[in-house]
Amino acid sequence: MLEQADSTVQAPQADLTSQTSAEDFEPRIVALFCNWCTYMAADLAGTSRMRYAPNVRVVRVMCSGRIDPQFVMHAFARGADGVLIGGCHPGDCHYQEGNYKALRRFRLLRRVIESLGIERERLRLEWISASEADRLRKVADEMAADIRALGPLQLSIPAEEFRNAEGAGAEIPSPEIAGETAAKEVAVP
Amino acid sequence: MTKPEGKPKVAFYWCASCGGCEEAVVDLAEGILDVVGAVDIVMWPVALDFKRADIEAMPDGSILASFINGAIRTTEQEEMASLLRRKSQLVIAFGACSQLGGIPGLANLYDREGVYRAAYLESPSTENPEGTLPRLRSRENGYDLSLPGFYDTVRALGQVIDVDYAIPGCAPHPKVIQAAVATLLSGELPPKGTVLAPDQAVCEECPRRESKPLDLSISEFKRPHEVIIDEETCLLAQGLLCLGPATRAGCDAACVCGNMPCSGCSGPTSRVLDHGAKAISGIASLIGGDDEEAIDSVLDGIPDPVGTFYRYGLPASLLRRKTLS
Amino acid sequence: MLRENGFGSGPTSGGKTNGAPVNGDPPIRIGVYVCHCGTNIARTVDVERVTEKAGELPGVTIARDYKYMCSDPGQELIKEDIEELGLNRIVVASCSPNLHEGTFRGATAAGGLNPFFFQMVNIREHASWVHEDRESATDKAIDLVRAAVRRVHHHKALETRRVPIKPEVLVVGGGIAGISAALTLADGGKHVYLIEREASIGGHMAQFDKTFPTLDCAACILTPKMTQVRNHPNITLMTMTEVVKVDGFVGSYEVTVKHRPRFIDVSLCVGCQQCIDACVYKRGKFEDEFDAGLSMRKPIYLPNAQAVPQVVLIDPEQCIQFSSGKCKQTCVEACDRDAIFFDQEERIETLDVGAIIMATGFQTFDARRSPHYGYGIYPNVYTALEVERLVNASGPTGGEIVLRDGEKPTAVGIVHCVGSRNQKSNPWCSKVCCMYSLKLAHLIKEKTDAEVYNFYIDMRTPGKGFEEFYQRVASEGTHLIRGKVASVYQQADGDGELLVDVEDTLAGMVRRIPVDMLVLAVGLEPRYDAEEVRRTFNITCSGDGWFMERHPKLAPVDTFTDGVYLAGCCQGPKDIPETVAQAGAAAGQALALIGRGYMELEPNTAQVIAEDCSGCKTCIPLCPYQAILHDDAENRAEINEVLCKGCGVCVAACPSGSIVQNLFEDTEIYEEIEGVLAYA
Repeated sequence: MLEQADSTVQAPQADLTSQTSAEDFEPRIVALFCNWCTYMAADLAGTSRMRYAPNVRVVRVMCSGRIDPQFVMHAFARGADGVLIGGCHPGDCHYQEGNYKALRRFRLLRRVIESLGIERERLRLEWISASEADRLRKVADEMAADIRALGPLQLSIPAEEFRNAEGAGAEIPSPEIAGETAAKEVAVP
Repeated sequence: MTKPEGKPKVAFYWCASCGGCEEAVVDLAEGILDVVGAVDIVMWPVALDFKRADIEAMPDGSILASFINGAIRTTEQEEMASLLRRKSQLVIAFGACSQLGGIPGLANLYDREGVYRAAYLESPSTENPEGTLPRLRSRENGYDLSLPGFYDTVRALGQVIDVDYAIPGCAPHPKVIQAAVATLLSGELPPKGTVLAPDQAVCEECPRRESKPLDLSISEFKRPHEVIIDEETCLLAQGLLCLGPATRAGCDAACVCGNMPCSGCSGPTSRVLDHGAKAISGIASLIGGDDEEAIDSVLDGIPDPVGTFYRYGLPASLLRRKTLS
Repeated sequence: MLRENGFGSGPTSGGKTNGAPVNGDPPIRIGVYVCHCGTNIARTVDVERVTEKAGELPGVTIARDYKYMCSDPGQELIKEDIEELGLNRIVVASCSPNLHEGTFRGATAAGGLNPFFFQMVNIREHASWVHEDRESATDKAIDLVRAAVRRVHHHKALETRRVPIKPEVLVVGGGIAGISAALTLADGGKHVYLIEREASIGGHMAQFDKTFPTLDCAACILTPKMTQVRNHPNITLMTMTEVVKVDGFVGSYEVTVKHRPRFIDVSLCVGCQQCIDACVYKRGKFEDEFDAGLSMRKPIYLPNAQAVPQVVLIDPEQCIQFSSGKCKQTCVEACDRDAIFFDQEERIETLDVGAIIMATGFQTFDARRSPHYGYGIYPNVYTALEVERLVNASGPTGGEIVLRDGEKPTAVGIVHCVGSRNQKSNPWCSKVCCMYSLKLAHLIKEKTDAEVYNFYIDMRTPGKGFEEFYQRVASEGTHLIRGKVASVYQQADGDGELLVDVEDTLAGMVRRIPVDMLVLAVGLEPRYDAEEVRRTFNITCSGDGWFMERHPKLAPVDTFTDGVYLAGCCQGPKDIPETVAQAGAAAGQALALIGRGYMELEPNTAQVIAEDCSGCKTCIPLCPYQAILHDDAENRAEINEVLCKGCGVCVAACPSGSIVQNLFEDTEIYEEIEGVLAYA
């Protein structure tokens, strides 16, 4: 460990983590569902009185093709622990092929998200037709469990803290604080 | 706005930057003389010998405008930015690094430890057998030496101090600078937060736009060194990943005119929250192939997606940096 | 509200801040209404707490909870509050927008506001009905309400679009469902294209002998309907025709159909059948489909005696002329109408219609899939459909119920629920089998005086006159044995006698019953190509493969695709009266649509902001409706609002953010996302 960086390699996580200890962590999952298939499946899950994890919050769009990668980024930036995109099965899009556009964006977006250190389980795209309420239930439960196991998404610097220097990791221990001996010895792990 | 006595005072400052923005100012050529003649420059480290103490001595708000280029990487940069903010009526983020975090912002894929290790210990050109690293304070030959603190994260100027306007580009195009300065000197100031450049995408100014097909479907991405680039056809149509459609205009499509694809230095239009995400959306939508395998094989032609879509704007993006576990 | 922009310091969004008006606009005054839905929501969601939290949100003027928001007094509440409190935005948290969005938009409009200043929150299907824990369901409801409140700030006044409806209707399938729907529509003065894949209309019903419970003859009630179809000036009947493609949308569907060659000119053939007599085949050689394979026909044949149209056809797989090209063509000689054309080819045609009724029916369960009943193994095991043909006076035996060897049976078993109510085959109850099994019991007994055993799991007779019919059959001496048949096998000594091992749950014993004929009451299942068909028509199947109705109770004949309706068994097992009733309902829906003359469409179209567009052409190839054009002179994309269906794919793709979609503007979606994530 480079001693100058000691306590600050991991940026401080203030409020978000302190309010959720590991045991009572409830993942926040934003679900972006198309109106015709997956939203309908969620309705059907309701009328069928299925039970699934209450972590999923559905935001409805007309077509999965409407889903802009910015929505996903925005959700993560605003505290989502996971984002679920739901659309019609290939070939079934109400608008013929919007789901293919969603798929293409998703494949590229996931590469970027992963490169930015966000685990792939946190972003899912699922084809769930209007009749597949049970699949919806399964996906919701699975995703909630996966993310619960991963823990909260700890973005290195939450948006709210970006302005203050602590958020940027400026609190650099001086050699005096770190101990005189550290001054010359540079240990490289 | 109160009008100070005499010619308006103007400051230039650089933070984490390459010096290209200074060049851009010099590139105004004789245009610079009009600016210099109209204003009283109170700080310009690259050209004039003013000290921090000179600025500190000035009353708050006495500078009309500070043009600050470069991202914020160190405590010193933050201090200077804050100082200039206090002394200036207007602060203008000058250039991509200041506006969006710029190329230095790609260091947000690492933390300080990773940066230090790469720069001082592991890079092939480094000769540092004792593993000496920058330190805040050290004692050398009986002298106490100090260095500015080095943040874990690079930030855009607007993420550190209040910024009034931005002049985009890496470096800003002389035409954009001139228009921006003219706007600022006109006294009719646009709303705070305005990016002083056209609010359309580069295609608007691109000489090749007519050659772009109406039914573009990208089956393969090629990198500029891999192909002989036709000088007249839309680069996307040639399979080159051009960010022109997603990037703010103003540069007269300078890179495309130089036969290179737009890499997005001017950031997004005002209507876009996250430049990279929006570019991903537009580009990916045009990929040919309907199944994962076909799509992925096309995407394999983009070896560094973050470096491609967030080359100039990672700190100002929605996620700001890589999350390191 | 966008907090960030191009350079991170961020106060540049043009959006409104929560609760604060943009210059000149009146302040936002939101009314939030949280519905109890009786106890449907209130049991699991603490509606009072949701209401209290909603009342604290910026911009909210009033938050109320109410027992039934969709009721008249509930809607009146909204209307009064708009008038008295000067509300200009309405949020209702209740059920799915698919159910009541229209209702509450109406209430919003009744209060004098533009109906699109409304947002619905689904806290029933998406919260109270799917969660048990009251606290987490309540938290979720609060989040969803917060999202809607934040979103509705940004709503704009919008106008619905009207598109004209073409008055023609396509009916797909010529069974009793399609026939009934077509006749209703045609009698209502609308032009109907009735297309049928087979060579004649009539469907399964035409194969039946009698119908339960009244025992009236199927042909006697169906044939006149078929003839009406043929003669109706408003019906264009197309047999041997299939739909290959459906383009367009409600009011203006463009349907591509494929006419398979019949090799007979329908307009010339009078159905005299002299060609059949003249065929080089002296007698039938190929299984007759209409007789369920119990009789043989020639390669040139009339589909059945009552066929409509009364026109023969040639099976090119069987006809020698097609296989060798060297037939003497005695049929051609015999035809004095010169109606035979061996060179007829497949023909494609496009039909323009405003609405479509799906009446594609069912298929019967293939009894070979349950081999323990011995079908396909023992000759005297029959399916019910085969027995229908045996019973039928126009059937292969002239209505005589005889075994394969021509003998009359003396003991007949009828197994109920074959392929139904079984996880290994189909889990559903096929609904008609109990009744048709009782009918067959009655008819067999009547015609043969055999001992008849009905093996049933449960006797399901819920219909008008059904229970009475059951009592009648029971009193006629039919043996009704409650229990599942375990196995069927043939006596070793070979005279064809079958032994049925069955559990008699009423007697509490396992019985072995010898019969010489076993009838399998095969269930109903979706057609083998239902999946393909639903894709063509862009409708949905439920998990079991039947076409899915828009709402099981309130929209049982609608689909999720506007202007496409369901009739008959394609939606699920039904008996004839139900099928006819549903066909009438589907026709009624189509008539209502056409009668209105136009359709109100959601104003969720997209527009290019011309001064922002850079003419990058990204959007143009993405639009599935070719609604986006590139104006070369102006170097701008332009969306034809009439063609735009509001999917928003171009909006998401526009790299410079220069396309906006009504009702789904970026800001509205960002606010919704932030709303569900804003920690309470």
